[in-house]
Amino acid sequence: MEKMSNKEYQKYIEERIPKPTYAKNMIFAFIVGGSICVFGQIIGNILSRYGLDKEKVASGTSILLVLTGAFLTGIGVYDKIGKVGGAGAAIPITGFANSLVSPAMEFKREGFIFGVASKMFNIAGPVLVYGVGSSVVVGILYIVLAGGG
Amino acid sequence: MEYLKAFIVGGLLCVIGQIILDTTKLTPAHILLIFLISGVVLGAIGWYEPLIKFGEAGATVPISGFGYTLSKGAIDGAKSNGVIGAFMGGLKSTAGGIAAAILFGYIMAIVSEPKTKS
Repeated sequence: MEKMSNKEYQKYIEERIPKPTYAKNMIFAFIVGGSICVFGQIIGNILSRYGLDKEKVASGTSILLVLTGAFLTGIGVYDKIGKVGGAGAAIPITGFANSLVSPAMEFKREGFIFGVASKMFNIAGPVLVYGVGSSVVVGILYIVLAGGG
Repeated sequence: MEYLKAFIVGGLLCVIGQIILDTTKLTPAHILLIFLISGVVLGAIGWYEPLIKFGEAGATVPISGFGYTLSKGAIDGAKSNGVIGAFMGGLKSTAGGIAAAILFGYIMAIVSEPKTKS
């Protein structure tokens, strides 16, 4: 095989990467993501019917969605949903739960500390770092811009 | 009607994520972080609130809603408790979801076996 320059190789590779089926992926992401949100809406409505206040409904809904996501990942169903739904399964909070359980399960043989407990935060770690970090910045900016705390 | 709105708003947010996923080399982890930060920023400037008013769970269930809750919590904390409140508010408002993710995530990882990839 004759030698190729880096550029030629890039081109060679790019031609051979299967092109994603954009329309199909978008439709499935829409349906899966939308359905998970409807499920969240149903949970929220049930909780508020029990007389919980707004804050408790929001937290309770997150807790139950996270539980659902973790459970479905554990029994191997969420990965199948993810294969179909793509971003539609990754973006809802159930996907966040999936991102904790999936690597933790995978690395269990490395032990309960550096396997499970540490690998749980493969993706959840960055989410907390950037999420919580930026929220503090927002809070402090609010004080600065509102003029004194 | 609220179910339809939740479906459409949540679905559209995921479609945006899918488009980014398919047209760039970013991974789902990147998408998750982009949505999270977008939620924090849009929440801070007050643009995410209308989306929640309209789409309810369609806007709160995606991870951008998590970002919104974080920044709203930090701002509320800053309003009532100043700088210390700014540090406490974000985690306070999302504590339930985070604690649940840690506990349920740990339990499920312990009791279940990884499925062989087919």
